Amino acid sequence: MPHGYGFDIAHMLAGGLVLVSFMMLYQDRLYALINMLALHALVLALSVAWQAHIQGAPHDYITAAIALGFKAIAVPWALRRMVFRLGIHREIENVVSIGLTMLAGIALVALSMMVMLPVTAHADPIAREDIALALSVVLIGLLMMVTRRNAVSQVVGFLSLENGVNLAATGAQGMPMVVEISVAFSILIAFIVIGIFLFRIRERFDTVDLEALDAFRGERR
Amino acid sequence: MIASLLVQGVQMALVLVLAPLLTGLVRKVKARLQRRRGPSLIQPYRDLNRLLGKEVVLAENASWLFRVAPYVIFAVTWVAAALVPTFATGLLFSWSGDLIAITALLGSARFTQALAAMDIGTSFGGIGASREVMIASLAEPAMLMIALSVALVAGSTQLSTIADYMAFSAVGLRVSLALGLVALIIVALAENARIPVDNPATHLELTMVHEAMVLEYSGRHLAMIDLAASLKLLLYVSVIACIFFPVGLAYGYAIGLALYLAKLAVAGVLLGVFETSIAKMRVFRVPNFLGAALMLGLLGVLLLFVSKGM
Repeated sequence: MPHGYGFDIAHMLAGGLVLVSFMMLYQDRLYALINMLALHALVLALSVAWQAHIQGAPHDYITAAIALGFKAIAVPWALRRMVFRLGIHREIENVVSIGLTMLAGIALVALSMMVMLPVTAHADPIAREDIALALSVVLIGLLMMVTRRNAVSQVVGFLSLENGVNLAATGAQGMPMVVEISVAFSILIAFIVIGIFLFRIRERFDTVDLEALDAFRGERR
Repeated sequence: MIASLLVQGVQMALVLVLAPLLTGLVRKVKARLQRRRGPSLIQPYRDLNRLLGKEVVLAENASWLFRVAPYVIFAVTWVAAALVPTFATGLLFSWSGDLIAITALLGSARFTQALAAMDIGTSFGGIGASREVMIASLAEPAMLMIALSVALVAGSTQLSTIADYMAFSAVGLRVSLALGLVALIIVALAENARIPVDNPATHLELTMVHEAMVLEYSGRHLAMIDLAASLKLLLYVSVIACIFFPVGLAYGYAIGLALYLAKLAVAGVLLGVFETSIAKMRVFRVPNFLGAALMLGLLGVLLLFVSKGM
């Protein structure tokens, strides 16, 4: 191996993020799903901190700290409160079919590898496979938003997607701090807006199952 | 020649002697975590001794298959367990210690057990056999996927060669191997009838798989089957240890043996802690759980095909 352990650990953490994404696809209970989201953010924080270490970019430690404090602690706490107040903390979600969803997830990982590795053939080898893995985290987050019907799990999918974007951003060298902070801030705003929106949906339809919205719009199933 | 034959003999005896101890350790850890004192570590040996001394009670319509099956299961499992490198690699019979061959040996043991369970024609044997085969139909492809991804890294499916490769060449940390490890742990839990899949300590008809199949056995037949189950647990721990944690396989027999015992102890404690902290899964959720192992194995193979560095 020409690269050494710095390279390997970076890959390992990025791969761990993909693995936790798959674990999120597998969960069908909301509390367990939120715990997985916290774990996802924790792995992201570790990964970003490691990137900061091997790239010698101290400002990335701030990104890692944001990921740890905000995404791994504050957001899951708020989500858990929200789920509890919505009274859906004991519900088991109707998922499409875990096996099929995971197969689709694997297809997405294959797709992102096939797309990313040839395109970035001449790039920095650390960034290269990291970005491919980050893209697969993003795609799995999207898949999660597509396959779930409960609004809260769609939010979880959205947040995991953002974690993937964050991973890709730190893998590339020389990412300005301003961009990171503004992305984190916009996610915060989005989270608050979604939170308020969830309660509005619930007030209106007595459920956060988005099937109810389809019926309201007059769409046939 | 004689010396290497002797070492191989030691290895065969070692797995046989240690297997009940590992089972006893897991039981002890679980009992301590539930604030019970638990049976002593050597209780499985006493159980085996007691069972061997007891008379066999056979059902009237039991055929020869029912009587032969325990010995077949025990012999096949013992052979498989003795082929896995435990304290050293490159033993006399290591060339036959192939990951696929071991999977096949365990598969034939399972086949025999399922046949014997259906032999008498009680309903328990039937549900046990059908559930076991359902689990196996997912666990075996997952195991083969893991074997494939390990073989892609190490360039061989022989466990001894793999262990040497993992111990000596700079493999580094690989994403695909991490996926393989998680998948192999899931397969090991399912194959050994441990908690999220099956409960080894219960006779509740709604949940049991392995116990339902061996319900009709008694006396020395039951002793053979219990010992084979212990051997299978030891086998999976040894496989995980020699592929993913091959430390100490190269520094002579004494250090290898000490480290092997340490690895077994760590695995036993971890298994006890894991089983205490998790709940039994419904039977209909098991395919999802094992499906996850299959997917992880598939993902590992995929990553290896796309990029050599993963």
